[in-house]
Amino acid sequence: MTEPILRLIGVTQQYGQGATAVSALSGIDLELAPGELVAIMGASGSGKSTLLSIAGGLATPTTGEVVITGTHLSTVSASGLAALRRRALGFVFQDFNLIPTLTALENVTLPLELDGFRTRVANRAGRDALASVGLDGKEGAYPDELSGGQQQRVAIARAVVGGRRLILADEPTGALDSVTGELVLRMLRSRVDAGAAALLVTHEARHAAWADRIVFLRDGRIIDETRRDGADTLLTGSR
Amino acid sequence: MSVRQSLLAILDQGACYGYQLRAEFDRRTGSTWPLNVGQIYNTLDRLERDGLVEKGETDEQGHVYWQITDAGRAEVAAWLASPVERSQGTRDELAIKLAVAATLPGIDVADVIQTQRRASLAQLQELHRAKYAGSNPDGPEELAWSLVVDSMIFSAEAEVRWLDHTEQRLALHPQHAMALELSTERPKRGRPAAASVAVESA
Repeated sequence: MTEPILRLIGVTQQYGQGATAVSALSGIDLELAPGELVAIMGASGSGKSTLLSIAGGLATPTTGEVVITGTHLSTVSASGLAALRRRALGFVFQDFNLIPTLTALENVTLPLELDGFRTRVANRAGRDALASVGLDGKEGAYPDELSGGQQQRVAIARAVVGGRRLILADEPTGALDSVTGELVLRMLRSRVDAGAAALLVTHEARHAAWADRIVFLRDGRIIDETRRDGADTLLTGSR
Repeated sequence: MSVRQSLLAILDQGACYGYQLRAEFDRRTGSTWPLNVGQIYNTLDRLERDGLVEKGETDEQGHVYWQITDAGRAEVAAWLASPVERSQGTRDELAIKLAVAATLPGIDVADVIQTQRRASLAQLQELHRAKYAGSNPDGPEELAWSLVVDSMIFSAEAEVRWLDHTEQRLALHPQHAMALELSTERPKRGRPAAASVAVESA
């Protein structure tokens, strides 16, 4: 079996201590294989964003282990963790989070430049990433010269540039109209089909349905999930 | 009766014979509403009876071309200009199931909701797979088909949103405050509640 790109093993996140302790996540076990898009759904406060932060190494779980492309995050130093984040994973946020004074290409290549890649190599990888989301010809455009959908596609290109294989997306279509949102999800899906893996947090069923599996959180616990093989679909039954 | 008006609207573009009309309807709806040719001819007969179409020329293969009349054109224009009437949803099976489940002591309605939500999402996933697998999303026939799939996607999404809403409303009553034991009050014969009459007439 192929090694998972992301593994969460018994992850628990607790805020506060003793009687006032609040459990944000409890006993989360989750794996993402290459080529797999997994959506996380749940009501506000169910722990979706906390889970994403932990999966991306932005927060440290109270107990449990996060493994990204074989590296246990608890075993690496702060600088090692930052390097792993630059090389292995990319974030896509609702509000794009592009740097306004950098062009599309510069936004995409920034993590590579920070990682010490030569500009020529970084630019080639950046152009490839932009082309993969249908933005060739827009390399020199600044974020404010791009539509919302184009900006989010730059963010996806940044998330996958230079062989980064884990995309963590937090409501990536929240600021987009429905047609543009669908285009962005289609792009995300195609990057995953090309070998990446993605964890998508969304409260919109229409967007979650792009995933291979949908995981449901309630009060910090996984209460249910749809299966990849679609064995429990209703399409075969009557509605 | 959108099949009847759809066929009329197609005939408004030019005369067609029966099989041709079926093929035109299919390519405009992505075969999501399959019609057999018998239905086409039955519909054409009724449209002719109502003065909305008439038989025109016959070609050398024996195809009879049906053409629209002025009254038919007026019917098409009226159809396109008016909203589609939807049936009232007060007897929606799922709504009734959840309403009853919410009042049953010992039943966790959140589980009932989750069962439905999982099924609705699995259906949404299937619809997305079908749409994603489609080739050339900008072609006219592909677009026509995907518009029909979109309507199914948005309906399924609306159901999930309503389930989310229902779950959140019920969560405001954590002690299952809506539970109803069997009432000790015995109802009299007849129709007691005015509300039920209102629902039926809706």
